[in-house]
Amino acid sequence: MESNEKSLNLEEVRRQLKKEQRSVRIRAFTKNKLSMAGLVLVLLMILIALFAPVIAGYEPNEMVVRDRLMAPCLAHPFGTDSLGRDVLTSVVYGARISLLVGFVVSLASGLIGMVIGLYASYNKILDNILMRICDGMKAIPNIMLAICLMASLGASIRNVLISLTVVCIPGIAQLARSQALSVREQTYVEAMDALGAKTNRILWGHIAPNILSSIIVQMTFNFATAILSEASLSFLGAGVPSSVPSWGSILNEGMNNIYTAWWLIIFPGIFTALTVLGLNLLGDGLRDFLDPLTN
Amino acid sequence: MKKYIIKRVLSVIPVLFIVSIIAFSLTHLAPGSPASTILGENATQEEIDALEEEMGLNLPLPVQYINWLVDVFHGDLGTSVVGSKPVTEMIASYFAPTISLTIFSTIISILLALPLGMLAARKRGSAVDAAVNGITLAGISVPGFLVGLLLMMLFCVKLGWLPVSGYKPLSAGLWKHIRCLILPSFALGFSHSAIMMRMTKSSMLDVLNSDYIRMAKAKGVKEFFLVTKHAFKNTLVAVITVIGQSIIGILSGAAVIETMFNIPGMGFLIVNSIGRRDYEVIQGVVLVIALINVTISLIMDLIYGLIDPRIRLD
Repeated sequence: MESNEKSLNLEEVRRQLKKEQRSVRIRAFTKNKLSMAGLVLVLLMILIALFAPVIAGYEPNEMVVRDRLMAPCLAHPFGTDSLGRDVLTSVVYGARISLLVGFVVSLASGLIGMVIGLYASYNKILDNILMRICDGMKAIPNIMLAICLMASLGASIRNVLISLTVVCIPGIAQLARSQALSVREQTYVEAMDALGAKTNRILWGHIAPNILSSIIVQMTFNFATAILSEASLSFLGAGVPSSVPSWGSILNEGMNNIYTAWWLIIFPGIFTALTVLGLNLLGDGLRDFLDPLTN
Repeated sequence: MKKYIIKRVLSVIPVLFIVSIIAFSLTHLAPGSPASTILGENATQEEIDALEEEMGLNLPLPVQYINWLVDVFHGDLGTSVVGSKPVTEMIASYFAPTISLTIFSTIISILLALPLGMLAARKRGSAVDAAVNGITLAGISVPGFLVGLLLMMLFCVKLGWLPVSGYKPLSAGLWKHIRCLILPSFALGFSHSAIMMRMTKSSMLDVLNSDYIRMAKAKGVKEFFLVTKHAFKNTLVAVITVIGQSIIGILSGAAVIETMFNIPGMGFLIVNSIGRRDYEVIQGVVLVIALINVTISLIMDLIYGLIDPRIRLD
């Protein structure tokens, strides 16, 4: 009876301690001005994307030919492009595409990469095959691999998502593998192995939760990378179809009209840079919060 | 050291094998046959079938892959479907601009990153440190092509100092060559110099806080020698890793920058070949670029082994 009470108390203390550690880390995160600035920037972009129809004064592809290449004015605060489309409208609708690409690519590559990394860490033959494939994929420059995939698959939002996910998987898989290998060496995992626990139970029940924080941090950075890559692809005309508003394609239009229309470069440029900056700051903050040892 | 070199060189083979499979499958994933691209829209099915047979495209994929690989080992990367020129010849003529661009970008990023990173570490909390933090954040958030566009707006459109685009080979004169590469090199090198700066600063800080530096300080070693002679060598391993990764990153970014600045390099070639569905060229360029990347990583690893004996003992 007494020992039961003691262990209950211990459990209570442990829980309290965990709670306190957590609140210390949350306080550190909220006190870190840069991470908070990152969080605010990202939330702002999400709001802009969600309320795009309210913010934009026009329909996404509405063209008024007589208003083409108009400098910023009251009716068109960000000016218009060479087809007479409102740039503010294209930029806020472009935020939707960028955030969608970033979100889906980071989530999908995070999940698939983690599965690959976890199984690679547990089977030597599989490890050799999977990691050599990852090395091979990483030897081809990201943008080049993405452009080639886009050329094979055809221009569509779905194919941009597929290409960029494929490009991001090897990095996550290698990270998951190396983290999983170091968790595997810990005594409790060895003990479970010795007791005959099933591989899947060890991998998903004990190793996965321990590597999750590093994966989440990397996923934030992949979110930013995916947005930049999508912008680069669309800038080259190899991304989303031209009928879909995207920051990269507005910037491409800006390059073609560089002598006359600075607004086609400045506004989408600011949005791209601020979103990526926000994500990078948030990623740095999350790393300190979730994964203090790697910093 | 010999064992380390052999082991590292042999590890390149499986990577290149995988790259060759990826390069081959990438182009064979694409819908439509290269034969119909060559013959144009008006070709009959019989003509397409005949050409496919002549090109070996009717064979099973594994056989086609092996045939291609055998040719690659003989130095034959195929013939461009559009230009009817051997791919090796095309790559050779597009090779120099990419290499020039990569070298200039790397030099710019090293010249910016190493002194500023070291200075920021030495004068932590000062204005230089704050500036370095600002540059680092800007560098990782602004994509290279956007830096390029902003530079174009300032130096070409507003000031008219530099050409908007185009390329002059080294044979046209050194200044002419450099002049058209200044903006693209800076656009490519900027983000990499930011990462390099951050890395130089953090590894310099680690080293400066170590016991042997404190010992050297206590013995009265002068500030300048402390940083340049004692601390620098130990930060080199980390910095070389980043330099290696930067060169690979710069080569990767070249596809976008070369296309926007109209520089006839390998990135420009691949982007144009994709538009023309010139699959032989795409395969060849992917293979050559991957080979360059793998070679750079290999050289970097061998350099670590030379600088830091602990690595080759692992």
